[in-house]
Amino acid sequence: MTTPSLEIVNLSVSFGHGRASVQAVDKASFRVARGEAFGIIGESGSGKSTILRAITGLHDGYDGEVMINGKPAPRPRNRDFFKTVQMVFQDPYSSLHPRRMIRATLMEPLEIYRLDRREARIAQVLVDVGLAPEFAYRYPHQLSGGQRQRVAVARALLLEPEILLLDEPTSALDVSVQAGVLNVLNALRRARGLSYVMVSHDLRVVAHMCSRIAVMTQGNIVEELTVEDLRAQRATQPYTRTLIAASPAAVTAD
Amino acid sequence: MYWTLEMTDPLLEVRNLRVAYPSAHGYSDALRGISFTLGREKLGIVGESGSGKSTAGRAIMRLLPPKARVTADALRLSGFDLLGASERQMRDIRGGRIAMILQDPRYALNPLKTVGAQIMESYRIHIKGSRAEARDRMLAMLEDVRIRDPRRVTGLYPHELSGGMGQRVMIAMMLIPSPELVIADEPTSALDVTVRGQILDVLNERVEAQGAGLILISHDLPLVSDFCDRVLVMYGGQIMEELAAHDLSQASHPYTIALNASLPPLDHAVDELIVPEYDPSWMTEAPK
Amino acid sequence: MTDAPVTQPRESLRAWLRAPTASSPRQARAQAVWRGWQRLIANRAAFAGLIVLVILVTLAAIGPWLTPYSVMGQDLSVRLQPPSAQHLLGTDDLGRDILTRILYGARITLMMAALVAVIAGPIGLAVGATAGYLGGWFDVVAMRLVDVFLSFPSLILALAFVAALGPGIENAVIAISLSAWPPIARLARAEALTVRKSDYIAAARLQGASPMRLILKHVMPICLPSVVVRVTLNMAGIILTAAGLGFLGLGAQPPSPEWGAMLASGRQFMLTSWWLAAAPGAAIMLVSLSFNLLGDGLRDVLDPRND
Repeated sequence: MTTPSLEIVNLSVSFGHGRASVQAVDKASFRVARGEAFGIIGESGSGKSTILRAITGLHDGYDGEVMINGKPAPRPRNRDFFKTVQMVFQDPYSSLHPRRMIRATLMEPLEIYRLDRREARIAQVLVDVGLAPEFAYRYPHQLSGGQRQRVAVARALLLEPEILLLDEPTSALDVSVQAGVLNVLNALRRARGLSYVMVSHDLRVVAHMCSRIAVMTQGNIVEELTVEDLRAQRATQPYTRTLIAASPAAVTAD
Repeated sequence: MYWTLEMTDPLLEVRNLRVAYPSAHGYSDALRGISFTLGREKLGIVGESGSGKSTAGRAIMRLLPPKARVTADALRLSGFDLLGASERQMRDIRGGRIAMILQDPRYALNPLKTVGAQIMESYRIHIKGSRAEARDRMLAMLEDVRIRDPRRVTGLYPHELSGGMGQRVMIAMMLIPSPELVIADEPTSALDVTVRGQILDVLNERVEAQGAGLILISHDLPLVSDFCDRVLVMYGGQIMEELAAHDLSQASHPYTIALNASLPPLDHAVDELIVPEYDPSWMTEAPK
Repeated sequence: MTDAPVTQPRESLRAWLRAPTASSPRQARAQAVWRGWQRLIANRAAFAGLIVLVILVTLAAIGPWLTPYSVMGQDLSVRLQPPSAQHLLGTDDLGRDILTRILYGARITLMMAALVAVIAGPIGLAVGATAGYLGGWFDVVAMRLVDVFLSFPSLILALAFVAALGPGIENAVIAISLSAWPPIARLARAEALTVRKSDYIAAARLQGASPMRLILKHVMPICLPSVVVRVTLNMAGIILTAAGLGFLGLGAQPPSPEWGAMLASGRQFMLTSWWLAAAPGAAIMLVSLSFNLLGDGLRDVLDPRND
């Protein structure tokens, strides 16, 4: 792989001290190429979300390396970093400030980075995620879950990042709404050459979105496989096989 | 008791069940006249949020808030009229004859009481007997839901249980009075994927052993089609389609077909997922 | 809205406010305020409290021009007259019309209450929100300060302060504010502690927001409804403390018609001329009750669970 967009090397995160300490992530390593979508699948407590939080710097106490375009990420993270790496959070009902108009939420990064043509950028980014520009004049409680997630994606795109971290972006949404949001994410990645790291517990979603997938359990990445191998059930590790077996087959005639 | 002409009543008979809530502009309908019957089988009710599936489950147990207006041509449990029953009669029925299993055991179990105390309480409310009998029944039930060390578990508090264990405890608690009808509202949605299968197996075993009927409410179409015998697909407070679970792939209603199609398939790749288009005619009521 | 006939401007305003979606930031904000107003009207008790307060404020503003009597003018020939057609609330021991004095006194009381709210509210909000969000030494220092102030009963603290600085309305206001801000700070801190773990705060941090921006634009707006409600509910206590200080002669000085002072001087005549004490007492009760009713309903208006 040419210089990967994102690489983590022996990333380890533990919470707590002494005897009460818990190893949430244990020496995780992977690379994401430019324009690639990389998936991390695991159950609750596997550490998958903790990896994302360590990458973003929201959790600063980690061991190991996080490299962006070949260079180590600055500690603490700075504005250059945020212009390159952005994140979409899991819960659409808590990722937007409840008392602020959508316009204010979207205006914020533009104000912090003193960008120009603010109204135009906001209108454009809303259209890019499939919402009419008038959505800027609404409050979060007036939007459905799917619409809120689209706004969250729009917010992440405003700084024109290269890498998008997606923390279970559709697990709180109905299946029909999920389809629309996943389509938008795919279209954006292809159009802008973005790199994705997508975390999920849903095998179908990860298989649809990603080309390579890491399987995590209890803080460890036990296997990394391509999506073709996953679909053909060519997993080597027993945990991966259990995971595949536990996902009900599609409702097709059998 | 209300007698019909048939020798045996279906376990549950629902005809034209409607639920409406008062709102700023009159009443808004949560359920618009659903009808179905249930025998000693597993029925799945599938729908997205707002479809009315959870309202249906709670309406059957008359657990909706007082401001809800509940009407039906018939709502009967083995011939007994649920709609006309007094609150006192319903208290006996809830738990004793109809049990409900909820999604998250962390919120459904009393955090201040041990597991053992809660299961015994559930038993003793509905069945007369001594404490010793209740204790024996409780330990037997915990074994039946495949908990390996029942004595240790009885002393635990709900927050000390894992998700899967919590659901087993909930199943034990709800099924120990041997209800005729079990309503499970998203029983596995809060659980890890690998644990779901085990919990459904346990539920299946218990329901069959007790000869009860089961209504499984879920948003997960593949899960319901795997587990249940028959499926009702709901949208906008109405039943769009009723079919046998194994016929789900040959669904005829456009909503069911759209729901199937919007799931990302596991065995092959697709370029773009199909986003269902909602036909406004689905929100108007079907002629009876 | 360009060439439309101007025949029904009020109707189009209603339509503009009730439109299902907004097409400009101004409209969105106006609609949010309108919805809040609707919720307030729907709560009968809160609305009643608001109406009474509006009436009181109006009377305090223009009342003094409505009465023919002077607030200070003594006329010993008509002292201690019971309520009658000429003196609706009677006269006091110096022949002054009590109703007039109540109206002037309303200005003093409402002004003191407003000043305390405006001083204690923002200070409590700022200190509490910052302490809750930042944690660390700021939190420790701020909360120990709060503990110190909270350990004094409010009246004692006010007494000590006024004794040091001398009596008078301004000092009374400062003294009462000193005891009013700590509970507000505690409340704001509790809300900030919950808020700081939210995803929207994390998202803003990921966009490079500084702690100052986060506290001012994200945390404080969340704490604000609770603070406003709490301050409103505390009004009764503030007014009573002010009246207490006046009663003890440490607030407004005679012949100022402050209600607490009126209550104090009316005490001696309670058995014979009950109206001297009853009038200011009833006034204090009415204002406190209105604030309480309003405060109760404000929670739903400012921070609805669903819209």
